[in-house]
Amino acid sequence: MSQTRTPLLKVSGLVQEYVTRGAGGQKAGVVHAVSDVSFELHEGETLGIVGETGSGKSTLARAIIQVERPRSGSVQFQGRELTTMSRRELVSVHRDMQMVYQDPFGSLNPRWRIEDVVAEPLRGHTDMTRAERVARVAELLDLVGLDPARYRDRRPMELSGGQAQRVAIARAIALNPKLIICDEAISSLDVLIQAQVLNLFEKLRDELGVAYLFIAHDLATVKQVSDRVAVMHLGQLAEFSPADELYAHPRHPYTRALLDSVPVLDVVTGAVRRPRPLQGEPPSPLHPPSGCRFRTRCPIAQDVCATVEPALRDTGDGQFASCHFPLGVDAARLAPATAA
Amino acid sequence: MTTVDAFPSDTVTRTDGEPPVVLRVDDLRVTFTRGGREIHAVNGLSYTVRRGRMLAIIGESGSGKSVSVRALMGLLPPSAVVEGSALLGDEQLVGRTDRAMRAIRGRDVSMVFQDPARSLNPTMSVGAQIVEAVRAHRPLPKREAAARAVELLKLVRLSAPERRFHEYPHQLSGGMRQRVMIAIALAADPKVLIADEATTALDVTTQAQIMELLVDLQERLGTAIIMISHDLGLAASYADEVLVMYAGRAVEHAPTSTLFGNVRMPYTAALLGAIPQLTTPSHARLTVIGGHPPDLGALPEGCAFRERCPRATERCIERPPLEEHEPAHAYACWHPVDQRAGDVLGPLTETGDVKEEAR
Repeated sequence: MSQTRTPLLKVSGLVQEYVTRGAGGQKAGVVHAVSDVSFELHEGETLGIVGETGSGKSTLARAIIQVERPRSGSVQFQGRELTTMSRRELVSVHRDMQMVYQDPFGSLNPRWRIEDVVAEPLRGHTDMTRAERVARVAELLDLVGLDPARYRDRRPMELSGGQAQRVAIARAIALNPKLIICDEAISSLDVLIQAQVLNLFEKLRDELGVAYLFIAHDLATVKQVSDRVAVMHLGQLAEFSPADELYAHPRHPYTRALLDSVPVLDVVTGAVRRPRPLQGEPPSPLHPPSGCRFRTRCPIAQDVCATVEPALRDTGDGQFASCHFPLGVDAARLAPATAA
Repeated sequence: MTTVDAFPSDTVTRTDGEPPVVLRVDDLRVTFTRGGREIHAVNGLSYTVRRGRMLAIIGESGSGKSVSVRALMGLLPPSAVVEGSALLGDEQLVGRTDRAMRAIRGRDVSMVFQDPARSLNPTMSVGAQIVEAVRAHRPLPKREAAARAVELLKLVRLSAPERRFHEYPHQLSGGMRQRVMIAIALAADPKVLIADEATTALDVTTQAQIMELLVDLQERLGTAIIMISHDLGLAASYADEVLVMYAGRAVEHAPTSTLFGNVRMPYTAALLGAIPQLTTPSHARLTVIGGHPPDLGALPEGCAFRERCPRATERCIERPPLEEHEPAHAYACWHPVDQRAGDVLGPLTETGDVKEEAR
């Protein structure tokens, strides 16, 4: 992938914080939901984002599409800065940047027919005639594997979860977006439907060149679709690596812990590797630990981890990790991990 | 109904020295009436659970896995008709009145659900809720019940149990809440613990912790566990025995060590093929089968999976019984896959067909 091209999406120093209030509206604390996150995404590329509950992965997505304006930092999409853009201007941006959520029913108007649901973005953003819209909706439903003749007149409640999610995807791709943000888009689906939807995402990527931000808590799913993977921990990037490298040799102990938490089943031989659970509870984003935010659960933490916050640094093989002691790497030979 | 449909449960784990059977489910059926239509959610399910063992019941939404255990717990709406038999020790669970069921529920068999936030009372401290569960089945004085509650919190390895006792559910993480739910479920030292997708809503890190805890309890207390899940990887890691359900019936049932590596029912093979693996390269396509699970109000004749099955033939119009075709390995299929011969899931080969018909 050429690095000289303008990235499709460029996120720099993104910060999102929420103030919590106690009794009487007094400021009780600040939730550090996303702390200084930067990355680039190129056309047709899929970036997987994984992390536990409270890691800030969904907050990051909402800050990118400006549903919630970030506290600071920059989000550039196709070279245009979104954080300072008016709501009106953003409408035109959202044409190229669509989102698919975990609960398809929550984003589909229950009273509308499927045809109207999928045609809605076409009505707002194009000057297609009614006949053209009907034809386009049929094409879209076909693309997501729903027979238009059978489904166009149904209402969302008459669909299964998998069918409804495919309708949400048909609507998301109606305007040929450049980027689709999937926020746990397949988590609630049964495994056979998950596989269908994952294959659909891959097909759209091949045929339409769509780029994805694919947010999930499941590392195996993310692996399937991603070129690169960002591992988030308590609002920060713990690791940012090419997918195959990250899974073959994770650099951050947190990535290692996430991989170890997943059972590995060899479908052919039936051999199983039981998960090795991480000990301890995730720390509160209200009071993140000093230094490295993972150190309270980290099996290899040293004294320095409590005092110095490690910066994201190049650990070779295109991998980046925020760790004083990246796994499988001689840390002494790397650039210092202290923030510049 | 022919008896051939019933799983030969006694013969599945017949090795001498097996722990005693604590729960024996026989030809369990659950039917709902909805809008004048009969919905056949569970259609003749049989299995046994032994002391200190874990049985995983695997299936997709609508396979009847959850309904089948809720029927044992007496947790179905009054419109549900439950038939068959479920013997817990020598107590019959099917056909009990609500009142009679309440005495058993929690004491002999208890259940942990997917969403601990919704199962816990947000206005009561964690300790008070466990004390309530303890005293529901044993008339202990408050102080002793409280001591027992702290003991239970220690048992489920909740950090700082004395402090957590006074905390409220919203002060705990999802994993900690699930530990509290398990403590409540264990309050009366039940023989059988049913975990209904108990780790599905948790983070992977927490999921592994809770599963380890369940295995630990099973070994230390001898509790039998029924784990309801859609996750074959999790079942393979922790369960002793796996039962795969489709359209309200068991379609494959075997000890974990026998099943994986030698899956026979094409539906189980399809489930396995659809799991994204950590070991497959990026952008590899998954094996998918089309179609949807059948309408439980209008079950097709014959094998319920045949409309989606790449191996289906005319023979499948006749329903294959669940039979123990190999020692300790039962499946319901006329055209089983042969994983050992490298045949994972595809259209039926000519040789496979001949072999099958010659039987």
